[in-house]
Amino acid sequence: MNRVAAALDRLGRVVLENIEETGKIFLLFLSVLAWMFRPPLKLRNIIKQMEFVGVKSIFLVVLTGTFTGMVMALQSYHGFKMFSAESLVGSTVALSMTRELGPVLTSLMVTARAGSAMAAELGTMRVTEQIDALYVMAANPVKHLIVPRVIAGFLMVPLLTVVCDFTGIVGGYFVGVHILNINPGIFVKNIIRLVELNDIYSGLVKAACFGLILSLVGCYKGFNTRGGAEGVGRATTEAVVLASISILISDYFLTAIMF
Amino acid sequence: MIKLVDLHKSFGKQKVLDGLDLEIEAGKTTVIIGRSGGGKSVLLKHIIGLIRPDSGEVLIDGTDITRLGDRDLNEIRKKFGMLFQEAALFDSMTVGENVAFPLREHTRMKEEKIRRIVANRLHAVGLTGVEAKMPSELSGGMRKRVGLARAIAMQPQIVLFDEPTTGLDPVMTEAINRLIIETQKHFNLTCVVISHDIQSIFTIGHRIAMLYEGKIIAHGTPEEMQVSRNPVIVQFLAGSIDGPIRIM
Repeated sequence: MNRVAAALDRLGRVVLENIEETGKIFLLFLSVLAWMFRPPLKLRNIIKQMEFVGVKSIFLVVLTGTFTGMVMALQSYHGFKMFSAESLVGSTVALSMTRELGPVLTSLMVTARAGSAMAAELGTMRVTEQIDALYVMAANPVKHLIVPRVIAGFLMVPLLTVVCDFTGIVGGYFVGVHILNINPGIFVKNIIRLVELNDIYSGLVKAACFGLILSLVGCYKGFNTRGGAEGVGRATTEAVVLASISILISDYFLTAIMF
Repeated sequence: MIKLVDLHKSFGKQKVLDGLDLEIEAGKTTVIIGRSGGGKSVLLKHIIGLIRPDSGEVLIDGTDITRLGDRDLNEIRKKFGMLFQEAALFDSMTVGENVAFPLREHTRMKEEKIRRIVANRLHAVGLTGVEAKMPSELSGGMRKRVGLARAIAMQPQIVLFDEPTTGLDPVMTEAINRLIIETQKHFNLTCVVISHDIQSIFTIGHRIAMLYEGKIIAHGTPEEMQVSRNPVIVQFLAGSIDGPIRIM
């Protein structure tokens, strides 16, 4: 009986800690909103972060999109061939990329790359007292450090998703037409026929939400780091895990709302 | 100018400040000494409002900063500069950008004027031509000097030093001490220095205060401290393991 009570106690504590953390991250989001519009706007910081999150992730996203599109074409072909529906491979790849795989895989890749970097950089600043130095100089760390990163995540992840969608469709085309010998005209025609603007837009809305999540979680974990190098390592790992799980869970709810 | 009244602060079960009272004289250098882990840095952070006490008052020019909101606290912070233990330079910025940071943040000075002030402050700490370097390219002593240049960029009234000579060789220690003395005199600063380097304490301190078990147990001139009969002070200044101070 004691063991059951102890297990329930542990479970309860974990649940409460996660609820508390979700609340704190939401409060950070409100703080970001408040500081975002207070002049002077730190444009240089924002652009620097947009370059880091966006421009420097392009190669990674192109690779992700291309190979995902290629494997989607391969996998769907074998299924559709049974019903002589190979001509639908193109639209299947396109719909999968735009509605789901593009936003989710792009966000997970950017989380691994940029979300972890945000946690590590802010965590290191925390343990080397650079964040205290900002407070001492009457500068607000949320405005200087977190706002640019959150804006970068929110704006750049949808743009990267567009790149991912496009390269995914191109990869799918390459495999479908040149390896699986699907008629190129029909491949493209069915994409145009079956993919609606709504499919693309809703994917981008999801991507924007995911970008917000990954940057808020990365910044929150880094900003609240305690305990030296080990603390920074822990914060970075926790940021990637929490952001990834949050993206996957919110993906379901956003998809359910939008479709 | 700075007055700490009956400060209490605990972290979990550990009581760090236990009814601390201290008055820091304006225009002088006060050195706070005490055991490692005894609460000196915590005390310093209370003075600048980085930590709020569980109870008590921190009066800066008569205003209790423990009751202030962020905006008012920031106005008070503009009177301060602080040199952190590892300098806490922003490692994504150059030396020049670090020193210019408070000027760009709080003034609308033209870039040319900011550049001149930065060069002037770096020169005052014995560095020239390093504006383009990154903090990672500097030695520990140089980083501290840049940190000091940044701390005095806005010509503050009060400068706090968190163990300015810890980790430095004897020559660099003497150079930093000299710098603290000259800067204090030149800008007529109120300096609060945390240190446990006994030699430095007597070199730079106009007043010395000893923090022991959460309270200030003695506060006087270097001469008064040297002739003190308090066994805690005697043991600490002698660096002896015999005495009331227990090795933890």
